[in-house]
Amino acid sequence: MTSTIIPLVKRKKIAETLPSGKRLDGRGLADYREIKLETGVIGSAEGSARIYLGKTEVLVGIKIDIGEPFSDTPNEGVLTVNAELAPIASPDFEPGPPSKEAIELARVVDRGIRESKAIAVEKLCAVPGEKVFIVFIDVYVLNHDGNLIDASAMAALAALLNTKMFKYVVKDGEIEKKPGYTQLPIRNQPIAVTIGKIDDNLIVDPELDEEHVIDARLTITTKKEENICAIQKGGVGYFTAEEILEAAKIASEKGRELRKLVVKA
Amino acid sequence: MPRKTTKKLIDKKGVRVDGRKPNELRSIMIKAGVIENADGSAYIEQGRNKILVGVYGPREVHPRHLTQLDRALLRCRYHMAPFSVDERKSPAPSRREQELSKVITWAIEPSVFTDRFPRTSLDVFIEVLEANGGTRCAAITAASVALADAGIPMRDLVAACAAGKVGGQLVLDLMDVEDKMGDADLPVALLPSLNVITLLQMDGELSADEFEKALNLAINGCQQIHMIQREALKTRHIAVKQAVEE
Amino acid sequence: MPTFFEDKQLVMPGDLLAEGGYAAGENAYKEDEKVFSAQLGLVDFEEKTIHVVALRSFYIPYVGDIVIGKVVDVGFNGWTLDINAPYAAMLKASDVFDRPFKPQRDDLSSIFNIGDLIVAKVVSYSRTRDPLLTISEPSLGKISKGQIVEVTPSKIPRLIGRQGSMISMLKRETGCHITLGQNGLVLVSGKTLEDEQLAIRAIRKVDAEAHTSGLTDRITKMIQKEKGGNESAQKDN
Repeated sequence: MTSTIIPLVKRKKIAETLPSGKRLDGRGLADYREIKLETGVIGSAEGSARIYLGKTEVLVGIKIDIGEPFSDTPNEGVLTVNAELAPIASPDFEPGPPSKEAIELARVVDRGIRESKAIAVEKLCAVPGEKVFIVFIDVYVLNHDGNLIDASAMAALAALLNTKMFKYVVKDGEIEKKPGYTQLPIRNQPIAVTIGKIDDNLIVDPELDEEHVIDARLTITTKKEENICAIQKGGVGYFTAEEILEAAKIASEKGRELRKLVVKA
Repeated sequence: MPRKTTKKLIDKKGVRVDGRKPNELRSIMIKAGVIENADGSAYIEQGRNKILVGVYGPREVHPRHLTQLDRALLRCRYHMAPFSVDERKSPAPSRREQELSKVITWAIEPSVFTDRFPRTSLDVFIEVLEANGGTRCAAITAASVALADAGIPMRDLVAACAAGKVGGQLVLDLMDVEDKMGDADLPVALLPSLNVITLLQMDGELSADEFEKALNLAINGCQQIHMIQREALKTRHIAVKQAVEE
Repeated sequence: MPTFFEDKQLVMPGDLLAEGGYAAGENAYKEDEKVFSAQLGLVDFEEKTIHVVALRSFYIPYVGDIVIGKVVDVGFNGWTLDINAPYAAMLKASDVFDRPFKPQRDDLSSIFNIGDLIVAKVVSYSRTRDPLLTISEPSLGKISKGQIVEVTPSKIPRLIGRQGSMISMLKRETGCHITLGQNGLVLVSGKTLEDEQLAIRAIRKVDAEAHTSGLTDRITKMIQKEKGGNESAQKDN
């Protein structure tokens, strides 16, 4: 990706208001931008959701397919997360194979869902060792204004909660569709909270300009029981142990708020 | 993922599958200066992990357009040899390897004074020859030694180590089976003198209290590994001296 | 204001060298009144300034440095030289001609061609601009004979010695011309191959033992001993 050049004065501007507890756009350090969530927006997908996190816009579509299980988990369905940083979403995104940024995004979203055991994969097995359901989660970034991870993770969860599976019977080892739908079995609600660090200040939900000047970020995903299930540190800066523990606290508090919002959508 | 076999991973006396205590590292051997052609290099064995790291640079950036005017471009490439795991791994870089390359770069970059040699690249090639859990941490540990061996100006070394939860108990330096069958894995990289953390990832499940304890356990592991890194660099220096004197 | 290492002790990047009232010299850095090492090297206290003499280093150009470079490209109006640095160096044709130079008439490769070694001086270099070289001084220009030996660039000062003591001893004892490139390349040219080989061995020894004391004496003895051996060996032939 092109390295965006940020005017030094901008970094200074962004950093200097933080000690007073305010950000340039008027938010407090622990405030998210306005969140709007719509579900069931794509008719051809089994589940879908579109999120607006401030100006960041992400669409998640879920497709369910039949395939073979992994040999070490013959009785479980398969989860696959893919992310596209489509050129439409930013002048910095280029067409071509997934960039490292896109791969990281997909893997962080994947880790949250997988490690929280959000999907009851054992219920997605039709014929043990042979036929299971594959849940494809495709993250499509439509406008990039920072914090793609949290937006994508929330949209993915909203889409999963919205996903309907066709009913089926197994006859002679083959899957036969039946009329009607059931809900995809979801039993946990992972929420990713990304915290940026600028000098000694921690901010949640960095928007694009802030994202360009943060020293580092920490994404902490919590389950509905508020235990931590995934962490990813990004960026070339560092954190002290105290900052990490503080971030974990923020993540669990913000996670609680956001979870309510996503489950309601 | 089923984690049914967790009971076997640690027994009642707190002894792990390979006989270690919960807070015990695997045996670690680090050697600096192992690749003649490289500007700096290191080899690490941590348990059954075997990893080779070569540093090239600072040198001109290829391709040119990646040049950064204010600092050096640090690139770490984490790569697993096809024979490094039980089932042959395709030599093409997987998504996991690409992500690890990125987080390893992020873990190491804060330690390097990249602003002292702008418009150059510093390439760190990591080849995992045999993998048995915790390779990203071992790779970071070795890469930092290789960078010091290359004479790169650095703020600090970087030492990395994972902590985690296995069979309900917090443990240090998870090996493959503990990582796969355990409850949580928390890799950490530390700049030991400056006492700041540059890599932090986690998967599994930990309560807030367990997380704090695991973090401190990992930091302690990093500090122990820092001592082994220092010894490796000292030995390297003595070896160079002797080789020339002969 | 404590210090935590003794003079000449081996240190690693990140080692805390001293606190309060000390300045960070070469290969050291200061944060919050603390001086840390930025290199694998040996501590060198110079009054209140703490340096670390790097055991391994690469060359970063400095204006005024004499360097030895290899021509790697002949361009339209000058030559590109590899000076053992992360940056390619430029020698302009206008620096070489004492008359106006015309690209259509003057064949630059007939002056310096790819592979030629040149002793040159860095006239400009900055963080944003590649080094520019000149050869318009008497001792500079194309190298026509001798051998090149590569040493750690950070050890060049030791090769020079206090007030040039080491380098003048090396020249005197081996009878060789020795040109030190600050970029870690040293040109040795002597009457015989044996003289050159002897000088190279001595230079390598200085590189390896740069941090030890009494080095000049030891190197002198080594040269004299080997010279004696060589001479008797030659008589036998």
